[in-house]
Formats: sequence, structure tokens, C-alpha cells
Amino acid sequence: MTKTALQFRHNDRDVAVFVDGGASLLGTLRDLVGDMTPKFGCGQGGCGACTVLIDGEAHLSCLTLAVTVEGRAVETLDGLKDGANLHPLQRAFMEHFAAQCGYCTPGMLMAAKALLDHNPSPTRADVVNAIAGNICRCTGYEPIINAVLAAASGGRARA
Amino acid sequence: MPVTVKTFATSGEAASALSSERDARYLGGGTLVMRALNEGDLSISTVVRATDRALTQIEFASSRITIGAGVTFARVLAERELAFLHPVATSIGGPAVRNMGTVGGNLFAPTPFGDFAVALLALDATVSVQGGYGARDVPIEEFLAGRDRQQGALVLSVSCQRPHGEAFRYRKISRIKPKGGSLVTLAALLPSSGGRIVGARISYGAMAAMPVRAKAAERAIEGRAVDAASVAAAVAAATEGTSPANDSFASAWYRREVIGVHLRRLLTGQE
Repeated sequence: MTKTALQFRHNDRDVAVFVDGGASLLGTLRDLVGDMTPKFGCGQGGCGACTVLIDGEAHLSCLTLAVTVEGRAVETLDGLKDGANLHPLQRAFMEHFAAQCGYCTPGMLMAAKALLDHNPSPTRADVVNAIAGNICRCTGYEPIINAVLAAASGGRARA
Repeated sequence: MPVTVKTFATSGEAASALSSERDARYLGGGTLVMRALNEGDLSISTVVRATDRALTQIEFASSRITIGAGVTFARVLAERELAFLHPVATSIGGPAVRNMGTVGGNLFAPTPFGDFAVALLALDATVSVQGGYGARDVPIEEFLAGRDRQQGALVLSVSCQRPHGEAFRYRKISRIKPKGGSLVTLAALLPSSGGRIVGARISYGAMAAMPVRAKAAERAIEGRAVDAASVAAAVAAATEGTSPANDSFASAWYRREVIGVHLRRLLTGQE
């Protein structure tokens, strides 16, 4: 089976890989690019653990055919921090105990980033809607919602 | 097993590839086909895509609206002109699924999914299909009835009349809010003339293997005012012609039990 050349932006750097036909973006990121932050949860679009941003919009990388991101910008949790400095969302998740086992956290953070990028001061209902596609079996969501709201107001205070 | 991916610039080329190759599936937003591949579905050997911009167009011609098959639910939500479809699009998935899933793909979503198709069925939509021998328009009912045989055809767009005022109603009942698989989904087009319903269309999701019309309930309310008697008659006929699934969301028994309750609420506008 021939492989297809694929180039895209991955967290502000160019990557080029050869993918099998039918390869998902999730498998490509983890196996070929070496970015282990997006997680495989259900493979069906039900859990959101694989959420990444494609051209700024939340997508499920397990349901994205890899070749469809040719020339596009893919953002993952790996690109969120700035050197040693955590992103405000990451700090808020720590401070509000919004992660327990941590498996849903990369998807939660990317879903939250997609929200805050478009809407810097969301309501609680906006946050609930933004993470509606992400399942967490540990925290019961409240700490996650609180963390996203805190990161949003933290961002406003600094601006 | 790796599959072959074929990408075409026009929907015509994609349609011929789709109709000429066995075991080829068209990839829209990926939420159905990639899911099948992730589950190891060996029946798919070729994935066909089209980058044709015509597939993502939305056209407004007087009172008729045409939505390209590749239009996502997020796009539907961004169009003010499509406000009557916003409750439908909002009820599907979370934001990521709405950024990916398409109007055309939803016609193929297996029960209990396919809520957009339920709405389109009530709206008496027309499905434009490109086969190996050119494009044709098919009433959505006919399209859904032959859905399993339509895999070789490419859906180009769906179109429907813009409903007047409050004539179109929709609700999806799910256990998890705001997102969750459908227990039952109901849509209704109830145009009224002189206080009476003329041309009622009621459709259900998750009440059969695919979206179905509640024809007995439609007959019960047709030509009558929406009052206690006509609503009671429609509710009494609510389960006629249905064969709901037993799945992890609800049993067939439960769906039959509650469909009348939700039909009553839909018809009377009760929350």
C-alpha cells in the first residue's frame, strides 16, 4: 500500500510525514509526529479526549482523515504552554483541581481554548456547551467548569 | 487495513468513482466513515472525497433554501437565515462534532442518530443526488426508504421551503443535556390556514430504523384546529407505524410509552 505525503502546521512548526490511506489525524500525531497529548478514548466521537484545533476550530482528531489537514494548522495541548510557563487554562485547571486521572484533560483544555479564543468572557452556560462533547468520569465537571471560568476572568484581569 | 483515499475536485468525478467502485464510501465530515474505519470495518476499501466548493454552498432563492451536503452544523448555526434549523443543529453532538458533521452525512446516520434528517423529513425536503448517470432530485422520504442502496450515490444538497412563522417545531429528548443520543426526536410542520392545520407533517427519530413520518397522527390533526380533541386523537395514534429500537439509550417499550407524551407537548407548544 502506497503512502501519501502530508504536510501541515503543528503547533506553529511545519511537519511532513508519510501516512497510510485512511490514517486518522490522531494516529498521525501520536505515531508519526510524536505528540502524545491527544488521547484515544472511544474512536467514535463520543468522548472528546482526542480534541484538537484545526484552523482554530475544535475537531475530533480520531474522526479526522489525516490527509484532510494538508496545509492547515493543527493545535494540540502540546503547543499550549509557552516554554516553562503554563497557559492560563492549564494553571486554572491545576488551581481548581479540574484534573484527576487526567485522561480527558487534553481534550477538555482544547475544547476550552476553542471557546475562549472566540468568546473571552463566557457565561457558565457557554462553558457547559463548549465542553458538552467531552466526557470526564472523575471530577463531575464542576471543577472543570469553574477552572474555565477562572481562566476567562484571569485573562480579562491581565488584559 | 489501509484503505485507498481518492480526492476529486468536482462532485461529478467523485460520484463516478463512488458508483463505479465496489466498497467505496464517501467521506463528508468523517463522523460516520472514520468511526467505521476506527472500528475495523473491512467493508470499506476506498474512501472518496470531493473538495468541490459547490458542496458547501447555502442558497436562498425566494422562499426555498438549498443547503450543500458538505455544510456543517456549525455553519448552519452561523447562518441567521437558517434560524428555524438552529434548535436542530444545536441538538447534535458537542461543538467538535458540529464543526465536522455535515447535513448530507446526517441522512446516512443510523438510528438513534440522524436528527437533522428527522427535521428535513418534516420539512418535506428534496435531496439532490448525483449518480453515475447524472443528478436527480428525490423526495426525502423516497431517499430514506432506499438509503441502504444509496451508498453508491453522492448527495449534493438538500432543499426545502422556508416554514412560515411558528409552523415548524422540533424537539429531541435525551438523557444527557445539552448533548446525548436520542430517546425520541420529533419534528412537525403544522401550517395553519383559518385556524386549521393544512398539510401537517410529523416525523420521528429513533422510532424506527430510520426517520419516519407519523402518518396516523398527521391524519388525526389534518384539517382541524389544534385543540384538546384533535391533540388527543393524534396522541392516540402516535405509535402507529413505528418500530423503535432497543438500544443502550432506551428500550422500544419505553419509546412507545413516551412518544405520545412528547407529541402532545410538541403539538400544544408545552415545554
